[in-house]
Amino acid sequence: MAEKKALRDVYGEVLVELGERDPRVVVLDADLSKSTKTEKFAKKFPDRFFEMGIQEQDMMGAAAGLASTGKIPFASTFAIFAAGRAWEQVRLSIAYARFNVKIVATHAGIATGEDGASHQMTEDIATMGAIPGMVVLSPSDATSTRAAIYAAYRYHGPVYVRLVRPKAPILYSEPFEMEIGDVRKIKDGDDVTLIATGLLVHEALKAADLLEKQGISVKLYDFITVKPLNNEALRDAASTRYGIVTCEDHVVWGGLGANVAARLSELGLSRPMRFVGLRDVFGRSGSTEALYEHYGLTGKHIAEKALELVKNG
Amino acid sequence: MVPNHNVRIEELKEIARKLRIDILKSITEAGSGHPGGSLSAIDILVALYWRVMKHDPERPDWPDRDRFVLSKGHAAPALYAVLAEWGYFPKDWLWTLRKVDSHLQGHPSRKDTPGVEASTGSLGQGFSVAVGMALGLKNHPSKPHVYVMLGDGELDEGQVWEATMAAAHYKLDNLTAILDFNGLQIDGPVVKVMDTSPVEEKFKAFRWEVKLIDGHDFNEILSGFEWAKSVKGKPAMLIAKTIKGKGVSFMENKVEWHGKAPTREQLEQALKELGAM
Repeated sequence: MAEKKALRDVYGEVLVELGERDPRVVVLDADLSKSTKTEKFAKKFPDRFFEMGIQEQDMMGAAAGLASTGKIPFASTFAIFAAGRAWEQVRLSIAYARFNVKIVATHAGIATGEDGASHQMTEDIATMGAIPGMVVLSPSDATSTRAAIYAAYRYHGPVYVRLVRPKAPILYSEPFEMEIGDVRKIKDGDDVTLIATGLLVHEALKAADLLEKQGISVKLYDFITVKPLNNEALRDAASTRYGIVTCEDHVVWGGLGANVAARLSELGLSRPMRFVGLRDVFGRSGSTEALYEHYGLTGKHIAEKALELVKNG
Repeated sequence: MVPNHNVRIEELKEIARKLRIDILKSITEAGSGHPGGSLSAIDILVALYWRVMKHDPERPDWPDRDRFVLSKGHAAPALYAVLAEWGYFPKDWLWTLRKVDSHLQGHPSRKDTPGVEASTGSLGQGFSVAVGMALGLKNHPSKPHVYVMLGDGELDEGQVWEATMAAAHYKLDNLTAILDFNGLQIDGPVVKVMDTSPVEEKFKAFRWEVKLIDGHDFNEILSGFEWAKSVKGKPAMLIAKTIKGKGVSFMENKVEWHGKAPTREQLEQALKELGAM
């Protein structure tokens, strides 16, 4: 069993590193710094940490204002509040004004678990991705989270980073650097392509194991960058014999899969596809594992979808 | 260029008169827009840009400048008239307001217009941005001051009270808010649509220093800003009693002039009243 680490713990560590190297880095939180792990930064740099209370909308505006004075604000709260409640503030005050704000949201997806649907943000790829100019990053493990936060920091412009609550196995043993737009190819194969993001990358890996045992060769992508979509990776993804399964802990309407399908269609590379995700349903309370089983987001479910493609092939 | 603080009251009045003309002409050219709240706000804006704020049209991004955020973004024509008069952009841009190839959007857009500090128009948002600016400038060596103008209808927005609370929490004495208290919002008088009274007590309860002024009396406006800057350890709010549509007899205190453009004939009459013809 691979070592596990929570992505938000890595976020907290990277914030401190960034705080040390760049005095422009400031952090805002909305009474969730213990959960989002911004408290590490708060302890180290109290003058550069702004506790905004349970005021997500005000926090997004304040982040925009701080950016206008040359700071590089990281605003954090749960994904439901960042990409839901404060959506219009992100849209107008930050993105339309093109302020250099990084929104790093934790507790995305039904992976959030027992707190239930009120706290499970399953629409944020859609809501944040829909905002013009907004970058959407969705790392899958500790290593890629580190790479994603650094990429967001180096990039000038608004970025949304989608993190999950549970610990995730470490997928990439070697640290790497990425830029906005980068994705990672984990496996190369000829029969089916799996395009996954966030925690579902780990489920897609399990699916690849199941498929390979049946002699099916799998190409597997970790879409750390969801937006902008990487056309080069999509061209390669479209090259397998039977088609593509997209995998996300998010609604399929307006999610990664829907956007991948639209782009492939536009590129003239349409392929048979299956979409693993939430199908017009809210989440519910339960453990991450139980919920993934309940909503069909496990490796087994992904493998079944891939087998459908192979059989239809 | 920093404003010449010796501009006399009579000159301020004359500038405001001319800018009222620009506001009405630009809205008429656009065929839509918000004259009522632009005319109630313009005297305060003139006082700010000609007597109070340090700013430099040659360097809109000068780090030491004072900031102004128009949270009641629908009064954009007033802000545009001020910025054009100062030379932040050519005056003839005013006659392109709201047109598809214009730099002047229907509501202020930072990316499109030099001198516009924040993108506003969705009420409540500019106030939070101003709070963030004040937070970011608190330890700035030249102590820039942040000014934000709200409408009284805007107080309905929950975000306004978030920002009010946060500004007091962070003791932002480099922030001054001006409430353009004209008493009218789209659906009618503020007290009937959503009674926000008692406004003064509310802001005091949120630990702001509050002063009431006549928003069309330059002496009161200027002494109000002087007072606001002297407040320490707290943000300051000027509740400026204003007249919606101020300066044009048939627009004054008329809710229907919140968001419609004058016809050519109405413009002509208004310009006559303002001494333009």
